Amino acid sequence: MGRRLKIVIFSLVGVTLVVAFIFLASGMSPASFFQHLLNALQWGSFYALIALGYSMVYGVLMLFNFAHGDIFMVGAYIGWGIATGLVALGMRGILPLPNWLILVLTILLAMFFTSFVGMLVERVGYRPLREAPRASAAITGLMIGIILETGNLALLGAQRRNFPSLIKTQTYHLGPVTVTNVKIMIVFLSLLLMFGLHQFVRRTKWGMAMRAMAYDFVVVPLMGVPMNTIAALTFGLGSALAAAAGIFFGIAYPVLEPYMGILVGWKAFVAAILGGRGSILGAALAGFLLGFIEIFVAAIFPSTLRDVIAYSIILLILTFRPHGFFGEPYSARLRL
Amino acid sequence: MLLSVENLKVSYGGIRALHGISFQVDEGEIVCIIGANGAGKSTTLRAISRLIPAEPGSKMTYMGKDLFDYPADKVVSELGISHVPEGRRLFGNLTVMENLKLATFARKDGKEIERDLELVFSLFPRLAERQTQKAGTLSGGEQQMLAVGRALMSGRKMMLLDEPSMGLAPVLMMSLFDALRDINKEGTTILLVEQNARMALQFAQRGYVLETGSIVLEGTSEELADNPEVKKAYLGG
Ligand SMILES: Nc1ncnc2c1ncn2[C@@H]1O[C@H](COP(=O)(O)OP(=O)(O)OP(=O)(O)O)[C@@H](O)[C@H]1O
Ligand SMILES: [Mg+2]
Repeated sequence: MGRRLKIVIFSLVGVTLVVAFIFLASGMSPASFFQHLLNALQWGSFYALIALGYSMVYGVLMLFNFAHGDIFMVGAYIGWGIATGLVALGMRGILPLPNWLILVLTILLAMFFTSFVGMLVERVGYRPLREAPRASAAITGLMIGIILETGNLALLGAQRRNFPSLIKTQTYHLGPVTVTNVKIMIVFLSLLLMFGLHQFVRRTKWGMAMRAMAYDFVVVPLMGVPMNTIAALTFGLGSALAAAAGIFFGIAYPVLEPYMGILVGWKAFVAAILGGRGSILGAALAGFLLGFIEIFVAAIFPSTLRDVIAYSIILLILTFRPHGFFGEPYSARLRL
Repeated sequence: MLLSVENLKVSYGGIRALHGISFQVDEGEIVCIIGANGAGKSTTLRAISRLIPAEPGSKMTYMGKDLFDYPADKVVSELGISHVPEGRRLFGNLTVMENLKLATFARKDGKEIERDLELVFSLFPRLAERQTQKAGTLSGGEQQMLAVGRALMSGRKMMLLDEPSMGLAPVLMMSLFDALRDINKEGTTILLVEQNARMALQFAQRGYVLETGSIVLEGTSEELADNPEVKKAYLGG
């Protein structure tokens, strides 16, 4: 408890300092600063939700699921399919549902179905390679990603899809700062999901098994724990969070295309590394930090320079903390 | 007969570690396998727990059931064979209580779990005091108690013990073996592998001597302790 509390306090102070530094260095007015801060929170939510999946899978199975960005894409499309379908059913008068209910159903069902996509990827892509060199698994991940992208292309064609607008955007003016209900909802739900995941991993026996597996893979079966179930669960949870991110992304930027997961996925992967492989808290914090850096760099410098500068900053941080913020010291896997 | 192992052969990447060993354990017994470094003691226990594959031709039955029909987690959860692995292998990032709880992952008998937990705490009161402490911060002796307690929680029929005496001071070792004897009296059959032959032969009723992957001697503990070769090789003259 003491250690965890220290970590949380340390993180909060760290984040506050970074934010304060950016504020002072940028010379922005407080109003535009807060405006960017809100945008960064939303932008960071996507990275954080996706980074969690990378980090969990790495923690439990010691592999990076390089198809994870594409699972985010699949989640967005599944959400799009469900939402579009439900809207169409409502228009024909077959199943008229209020928009908020469609939204809730879309999020829940898309998370549910996408988790099965993730479990399928684990089952056919990674499980046969558990004893193989890690590079094989990485290559497999990249291939699965390509299959998901091109599969989507083959199935739905190259045309972009528009996510139906389910919430009427309302803008609130808090002095000179404007906030939309969509933004608040996205940030709030993202935080809620992260909190839920944290509780799951802390409090349930499945979460306990995940933590045990992260510590010492080989002896977990001696506890009567079916490892394959836990592996599948880990992929399922990560994919469900990616699906949520995909839907939130679709709501905020309502254009979907099959390659939308690549860049976002890689950046979330960077966040997972920055947070410390296997650390849930780290992945969430680093996801938000990445959002902050990107948004503020874009606000201060020409936007074409955004990623060059943002990722140079990350590179610099990783030079000093190669294991990320909360990299676990025992991540070297124990063997029989 | 509770456990019967016949012609067990195991290799690691083409190198044979067990050359077809056979032995039995009866219900309620305490049996030991003694042998030097690298004799294949841990390999034997890992094969029984199905953590590592055996070669074709190997036979292992438990209560008449073919052990090869059970994956590692089912050996624990369905057959009730627990395993205290070499080097304890606790989950250092989990608390004492979480380590014990995790071992009951597949169990559905809530009442029994409570009873087993009480048994563990009565055998090792130290663990009760340290429930909320991370397992990684326990002393060596406490870690061994937790390793045994955790095994008890995972299954009660039979316990495989891999060098529980390792790294323990004599006093601690004695009290650990006293606890193991109590566990055996409560109905748990014990198969112990040890380098510490003196301790093992005092504790067990019967034993086998394993040398570079083959069983070379077997007998009651008294017979083995009196055997001149055992005396010379394992009991220091
Ligand atoms: N994971 C492994 N990979 C390759 N060889 C192994 C592995 N584990 C054990 N061996 C080899 O198998 C043989 C038997 O090892 P085992 O660990 O069963 O011995 P042991 O009797 O338990 O020894 P100790 O008393 O030192 O624990 C040894 O020659 C060892 O080098
Ligand atoms: Mg050994």
